[in-house]
Amino acid sequence: MSVFNQSRSRIIRLIFGVTFLVIIGQLFYLQVMSGKFRQLAMDNAVYPKIIYPERGIIYDREGKAILNNTISYDLMVTPAEIKGIDVQEFCRLMNLDTAEFNKRILEAKIKNTSVRPSIFDDQLTPDIQARFEENSWKFPGFTLVERPVRTYPFNAAAHILGYVREADPKDIEKSGNFYRQGDYIGKTGLEAYYEKVLMGQRGVEYWIKDNKNRLVGHYEKGSFDTAAVAGRGLRTYLDADLQQLAEKLMTNKVGGLVAIDPKTGGILAMVSGPNYNPNDLTGPEGSKNFGRLQLDVAGPMLNRAINGLYEPGSTFKPLGALVALDEGLITPAYGYPCGGRYMGCGSGKPACTHSGGGHSANLRNAIAYSCNSYFTHLYRMAADNPQYGGVKKGYMKWREYMNLFGLGVRLGVDLPSENKGNIPDTASYNKQYRGSWNSCTNLTLGIGQDQMQATPLQLANAMCIIANKGYYYTPHFVQKIDDETDDDTVYMNKFRVKHEVLTHIPDTAYRAVIEGMNDVVKFGTARIAQIPGIEVCAKTGTAENYTILDGRRIKLPNNSMFVCFAPKDNPKIAIAVCVQNAGYGATWGGPISRILIEKYLNDTIQKKSEADVDRISKANLIPAHYKRLQYKADSSRAWEWFKMTKDSSYIKKFRRAQADTPKPPAPKPADKQKTITYIWMQEEKKVASALKSRVLS
Amino acid sequence: MNQRNPAISKGIDWSLIGIYLLLVVIGLTAIFAVTYKEGDPIIQSFFRFKTDYSKQFYFFCLGTLIGFFILLTDSKFFAATANLGYALGIFMLLLVFPFHSPIKGTESIIKLGAFNFQPAELCKIFVALALAKYLSRPETDFTKTRAQLIAAGIALFPAALTLLQSETGLALVYFSFFIVMYREGLPSVILLIGIAVTALVVATIVIEPDTLAIALTVLAALLIYIFRRQIKRRRQILTTIIFLWVLCVGLQRFAVPYAFKNVLQKHQVERIYDLFGKDNPYLDKSAELTTEELKKKKESGTSYNVRQSKIAIGSGRIFGKGILNATQTRYDFVPEQRTDFIFCTVGEGFGFAGSFVLLGLYLILLFRIVTIAERQRSTFSRSYAYGVAAVFFFHIAINIAMTVGLAPVIGIPLPFVSYGGTSLLTFTILLFILIRLDADRQMVLR
Repeated sequence: MSVFNQSRSRIIRLIFGVTFLVIIGQLFYLQVMSGKFRQLAMDNAVYPKIIYPERGIIYDREGKAILNNTISYDLMVTPAEIKGIDVQEFCRLMNLDTAEFNKRILEAKIKNTSVRPSIFDDQLTPDIQARFEENSWKFPGFTLVERPVRTYPFNAAAHILGYVREADPKDIEKSGNFYRQGDYIGKTGLEAYYEKVLMGQRGVEYWIKDNKNRLVGHYEKGSFDTAAVAGRGLRTYLDADLQQLAEKLMTNKVGGLVAIDPKTGGILAMVSGPNYNPNDLTGPEGSKNFGRLQLDVAGPMLNRAINGLYEPGSTFKPLGALVALDEGLITPAYGYPCGGRYMGCGSGKPACTHSGGGHSANLRNAIAYSCNSYFTHLYRMAADNPQYGGVKKGYMKWREYMNLFGLGVRLGVDLPSENKGNIPDTASYNKQYRGSWNSCTNLTLGIGQDQMQATPLQLANAMCIIANKGYYYTPHFVQKIDDETDDDTVYMNKFRVKHEVLTHIPDTAYRAVIEGMNDVVKFGTARIAQIPGIEVCAKTGTAENYTILDGRRIKLPNNSMFVCFAPKDNPKIAIAVCVQNAGYGATWGGPISRILIEKYLNDTIQKKSEADVDRISKANLIPAHYKRLQYKADSSRAWEWFKMTKDSSYIKKFRRAQADTPKPPAPKPADKQKTITYIWMQEEKKVASALKSRVLS
Repeated sequence: MNQRNPAISKGIDWSLIGIYLLLVVIGLTAIFAVTYKEGDPIIQSFFRFKTDYSKQFYFFCLGTLIGFFILLTDSKFFAATANLGYALGIFMLLLVFPFHSPIKGTESIIKLGAFNFQPAELCKIFVALALAKYLSRPETDFTKTRAQLIAAGIALFPAALTLLQSETGLALVYFSFFIVMYREGLPSVILLIGIAVTALVVATIVIEPDTLAIALTVLAALLIYIFRRQIKRRRQILTTIIFLWVLCVGLQRFAVPYAFKNVLQKHQVERIYDLFGKDNPYLDKSAELTTEELKKKKESGTSYNVRQSKIAIGSGRIFGKGILNATQTRYDFVPEQRTDFIFCTVGEGFGFAGSFVLLGLYLILLFRIVTIAERQRSTFSRSYAYGVAAVFFFHIAINIAMTVGLAPVIGIPLPFVSYGGTSLLTFTILLFILIRLDADRQMVLR
């Protein structure tokens, strides 16, 4: 029988063999043919842990750090490891109630499972951190984790330095997913502009994780790890002391201030008012303060030095003079008969502060006494220059000059979102006046009004051009990047090129204007800016302005404008100051500039100036109507919130706060509310555009 | 003969012992790789019986000792006690019902002190011996259906008991004894029917029921057309074809769905469907799951095991990652790592080359056993040898096939490699009895 079935042993062997072949075939497919499994296993078991480099440090001209890094602590919790802790005691220590404690633990579990650590409380105050550290042994499952935080040793230069925040989805998308959720990114200021330099290079550590996502060790003993490279430092032209002083002077003022070294284009100080302490945005209260600043109608986060648009007013006059001189329309000796008002267009406008007395007998005097008629006339001469045939062509030539002076164009400062100001072109006038306009229509351009708008930075830069007799360097903060690479040098070269825009204007013309500006200080409108031993050249400006409040057009106090440079023969500093709604140019801008020049050139300030510092810094010049605007904005926001959520708590809170302050002057008709909201929205838009960060690319 | 050659080494097949040792070493290495964590004291843990690899090592020592004693035993003993052993095995299987330990997922384990003892595992030995005994009886005429039924009964009775203990995998193993019966003269037609039924069941799962029914009908019609001449002569052929058609469609439309719905357990059906990458259509319709939930279930269920197991094996590539760099298997991504899915460790750590070598070893082992079987003079020894080959084959094929996604997940160990005392001892005893019988291959045992 067995012999009969002998052949079946072969069949059995065949079954064995075929089965094994099939299995080996599948193994061959899995292990040799298909390449995806190794990656899948990597995804499973290897966790690339990002190591964040320290961000670069920013130094002032003397090498003092004005933006540095410090460590703050996050409290992490691993819920599974909490065993037998005294929750009551813990909560007392951390200033929490038990409900909040339980809520946070639950959140941690949901977010990160109970075996992985998650943040229980971020950026502990030093007080709580110390308390926890003393008692940490009582609370297993809780650990402190370091987190690098930006710190500002001088409490200054908030607008210049900008701030970092977690990258939002838009940033991540824009960067082509280079940034990830949780990464910090420079949002404004130098932090944003030099993001690539400051951020350094992320490192990666590959960790092995197990099936519960616990990290259990280094992958391949760390042979694939890359080290983080710290961000490089920036050496700026900023003078920390000068900046601090300038910020002190601009306390409780709305406006902008820029001081530039004309020789290099390096910005020595830049202030925007109202200001804030950059340290407020870091630390435990950071988010709260951020929200508060953003809702403030005064726009403390808006950098008015590069975004505030102001009519230059009389500070424009030296430029008008140079245009006329260059076009050969006048000589320095040219005089214009001014009887107190400009009669050239028949309307008697603009009026002039002075009348007769030779205040406009020549260019120097006209500048010193700031004769409106004289410069209105110069503008009209330039616009109607027969050489170009027609006001439109003449105007375009004049506008070209303005652009060369840096007005109406972006200068290219190394900050994101610079405003280019406004010098209207003929098209815009054609549209407004349906094509029929002449040099009388916009004659106040000659005295820096009409639709001319400039930022403090542009005005300061224009001063540099005059001080340098025709050339300038693009205003910028960063002198040098630490360990500058070739790419950096190429990038930074735009700040190191001399722009010889107006050097063709003869020296005599410049000298006449400069002497005129010197006379302004010696005996003209800016005598307040006199400094013993230093020849200061300056020009005051006082620009009228209006706003619409509660549906009425109201005249606001004048903007105080002031531009200057010093010393006359070897200019080392050029300043432009604008204090909104503060009064005459000489009243506020003058002394502020004088103090800064003293500080910068002499390193000390006179007794007299010290008293001025005190007086000016204590003066609150925030325009009165802002309070009303804030009220309107807050109440409409509370109303919106109520409409959305039916939660009246904000309205109530708001009413309670309102009870302490005097009642608004006029009852508010419902239809006028819109105007206010509109103004607020405009203001908000401005803030938003100022905050819009631009990644350096 | 035995008396004339008192040295036990005489007649022993050393190649089997060599393969056995190699496999155990591979197993120990794999278990070591899974359980070892950086910094564990290796030497100490070997002595302390604390870690899995040290436990396995001691079981290996114990198994070798038992094997040594088996080699010292007279071969006649195994033939003589085969029926008694079978009775004992059944008794132990019955004992499980009142005395099984409360371990989750199985009711087949008796706790004896520190050891988990699984009679269903051990019973394979007794069945192999008893079946061999029955087939080798001079009065057994295996061409008779009655004898075939009795033999099948001997093999399948313990399977039924095991099935009742929710150990489907171990129960299925007993079906491998059909290979023995096939060798001893079971008609080939039964084998063919088995294959045909399997194919039909697979087709039922893979192909839409209606499509399959149409296909079967078309096939039947075709057959009738082809055999139309023969049918004219013999009506019987037509009857057969129609009968087969009814049987197939009935199986496909009613029997299989019925079995999936009512006979098999839910998770088993799930595993079978997972294997073919299909969703189980027999799920309780009242508990409609959203796709999200289904996805979640997929990730946690058996398909997760198979997926992770495939990732582990596939990521080994040609030469593997090295046994201690096998991230998949070392960090618990594959469940049941040390026992049923131990092959992943080999696949990930040693790659295709290593897997090939292991499979090669197994194939050599199986072929060697078949060779040995064929050189026996007595039917008892031969049948027993085929029993051993069949059990090994089933374990190896199903275990590896399930880790590479070719078979549904059935929890059966890989011989000599998987962690587990009872299974290691069972396979060792199975093998050593074979070696003992082979040493006396010239003797006729009954």
